[in-house]
Amino acid sequence: MNDLDINQVNYLIDPANCHNPIYIKGCDTNDLINYLKMMMMIRKVEQKLAIGRRDGFIGGPVHLGVGQEAIAVGVSGSLTCDDRIFGAHRSHSHLLALNPDPYRLFAEVLGKVTGFSRGMGGSMHLWDGPSGFYGSVPIVSGTVSLAVGAAMAARLQKTNHIAVAYFGDGAMEEGVVHESLNLARIQESPVLFVVENNLFASHMHISLRQPSDMQSRFAVANHIPYKLADGNDVVAVKNAASELITHSRNGQGPGFLELITYRWYGHVDWRDDIDVGVHRSLDDVDNWRMRDPVTRLSKAMIEQGIWSAEEEKKLISMLDNQISDAWEKAMNDSYPDESATLNCVYEI
Amino acid sequence: MILKVKKQNYGTAICSAFEYLLEKYPEVFVIGQGLWSPWYVGNSMTDLDKKFGVERIIDTPVSESACTGAAVGASLSGMRPILVHPRMDFMLYAMDAVVNQAAKWSHMFGGQAHPAVTIRSIINRGGEQGAQHSQALHSWFAHVPGLRVVMPSTVKDARDLLIASVLCNDPVIYIDDRWLYEQEDDLPPIEELSLAAQGPACLRKGADITLVGSGFSTYLANKAAEILGKQAVSVEVIDIRILNPFDASLIIESVERTGVLLVVDLGWRNSGFAAEVIARVTENVGTDVLKCRPRRITLPDAPAPTSRALESRYYTSTDEIINTVKELLS
Repeated sequence: MNDLDINQVNYLIDPANCHNPIYIKGCDTNDLINYLKMMMMIRKVEQKLAIGRRDGFIGGPVHLGVGQEAIAVGVSGSLTCDDRIFGAHRSHSHLLALNPDPYRLFAEVLGKVTGFSRGMGGSMHLWDGPSGFYGSVPIVSGTVSLAVGAAMAARLQKTNHIAVAYFGDGAMEEGVVHESLNLARIQESPVLFVVENNLFASHMHISLRQPSDMQSRFAVANHIPYKLADGNDVVAVKNAASELITHSRNGQGPGFLELITYRWYGHVDWRDDIDVGVHRSLDDVDNWRMRDPVTRLSKAMIEQGIWSAEEEKKLISMLDNQISDAWEKAMNDSYPDESATLNCVYEI
Repeated sequence: MILKVKKQNYGTAICSAFEYLLEKYPEVFVIGQGLWSPWYVGNSMTDLDKKFGVERIIDTPVSESACTGAAVGASLSGMRPILVHPRMDFMLYAMDAVVNQAAKWSHMFGGQAHPAVTIRSIINRGGEQGAQHSQALHSWFAHVPGLRVVMPSTVKDARDLLIASVLCNDPVIYIDDRWLYEQEDDLPPIEELSLAAQGPACLRKGADITLVGSGFSTYLANKAAEILGKQAVSVEVIDIRILNPFDASLIIESVERTGVLLVVDLGWRNSGFAAEVIARVTENVGTDVLKCRPRRITLPDAPAPTSRALESRYYTSTDEIINTVKELLS
C-alpha cells in the first residue's frame, strides 16, 4: 500500500470532492446510454420501494442503495450469465443490473409467488440463477466464502467463469472475509471481491470501527491485486472491474475492488432524517447528493453532445410508466401457496 | 444372484465410498483440513490425494468457516463437495455457513437452488482429550430444518449412507464416530440409495423392550442386546440412522408391541435427541401401551472431563444399558 492510495481514499471520502461530470471520453455511446438507463431504472425502483414501505404495502425491511447505483451497473458490464454473483442485504441493484426486471423484484419484496424467489425471500433474500445471481442474504459477509467456493468450482470445471462477492466495509470486519481472501489467493480462485465502502455499517462511521478507512489494505495483506475507484463514477467502476475480471478469467486468481460511495437513506427503509448515524449529518447527505452517479453521467453525456435533456425527459417518463405498471401488476399477484412453508425445506 | 462379499471395517468402508464417488462422479471433490496427512482421519481416507490428485482432494488453510462456506458455494455451482471436519468441535467456527446458509438456501429462494454439499463431521473422543476434543453435537444439527443429519452405526451404512448423502441434493451432515472404526463386516457390492427414502432401521428383532440408539450408542445397544439375549431377554434394537428429518414411525410401531422404551444417546441430556425420541413415542402410542415410564441414558449435562478417573464414568457402557433394561423389565 503506498501513500498515493491513502491520499486517494482521503480525497474520495470527502464529500466536497467529485461533484463534476465524470470523464467519458473514448467510451462507447451505447454503453453509456445503457449505464444511464440502468442506473435511473434502479434508482426509480428503489424509490418506489421506499414509498411502498412508507405507505405500508411492504411489510418487511428494505435496505436501499440509492446513491450507490454506479457500482452494480459498472461491475455487471463485464459479467455474463455464466458467472456466479453473490450479494448481501443491500442487493436490489446487484440483481437488477443483471436482470432488469422491476416487476419480479417488486413481486418478491411484496411476498408474491411471481417474485424472483417465488415469494419466499423478500427484499433480503434474492435469487435469479439464470442471470447468474446466485443469491443475496442479510447475514453480513454471509456469501463471501460462498463466492470463493463458486470460483473454486469454476476452476475445477475448467471454465473461465468467475464469481463475484459484493459486500460492504462493515463485512470487512467479519473474520470469515479474511479467511476467504486468504483461501481465494492460495487456491487461485477466480473471484472478484467488490467492497462497496459507503463509510457506514448501520449507524457506525468507519472511523469508529477501523484504524484506516482503506479497505484495500486487506488485499495487500493477502497478495491480491486491487483497484480503488470512485464508486459514484460508473465508467471508473467499469474500467477497474473489467481489468480485474479479465485477470481472473485468464487464470490469475482473485481480484479486489474497493469503491468509495455513500447511501442517501438510512441503513434501512426510506428515511434520511432518522438513522442518520454517528458521525453522519444531513449536511453530509446533501453534499453526497452532489456526487450523484446518475447526474454526473447524464451531464457528461449532454456536454459531449451524445444525450439531451429531451431524451432524458422521455426516458424518465418511460421508466415511470414501466415501474408503475410493474408495481400494479405485482400488487395484484398471488401469495405463495400455504404448502410452500414446508415444501421448500428440502428438495422434493 | 450371487453377491460378491468384501470384508471391511468401518474406516475402510468410508474410504471405499470416497473412492466410488470420486471415480464415478467428476463433480465430487473433497475439502478439509488434514486431507494430505496420513493419520488425520484414521484409515478412512488413506491415499485419496495420491489416487485422485490434490486438485480434487484439497487440504486447506486453518479456516473452518471459509472452507465450509466455499463448499456450500461450490455446491451451488454444479459440484458435489464433501467437506471434512476431522473433529466436530472445530466445526463450530463454521456455523453460519451450515445453519444460516446451507440449511436455509432452498427455502429462502423458493426451492430453486439446492446446496448439494455433504459435511462429514467426525466425533473423536476419549483418551483424556477433554472438553474441546470430545463433543457430539448431532442433536444441534437435528434441530435445524433444511439439514439432513445422518449417523451411520454399521459398516455398511458407513459406506452406503455416505454415498447416498453425496448424491442427495440437500445439505447433509454425515457424522461418524472414531469409536466405531474397528467394527468389521462382510459387505455386498455398493448400491446407490436415495437418502430421502432412508430412516431408522431395526437391527435386531425382539419382544420385551425397544432399545434405540444412534452411531456409537447403537453399537453399545447391540452389544447389550446380545448379552441380554443369552439371558432370555428379548431386545429389539433400532438404529436411528437419520436424525433429520426424523421419521419415528418404526420406533412407535415397535413400542406398540413391546410397551417398553429405552433410548441411548451419547449426546447431552437437556434438549438432546433422546428427548425427541421419547416425545415422539409418547405423543403417538395409545395411553395403555407403555408398561413403564420411558427411560434415556445420555451423557451427563457437563463437558467431557479429561482425567481418566472422571472420563471413564462420563461415558455409558453396555453394563449400564443391561442394568437399565433389567430394571425397566422388573
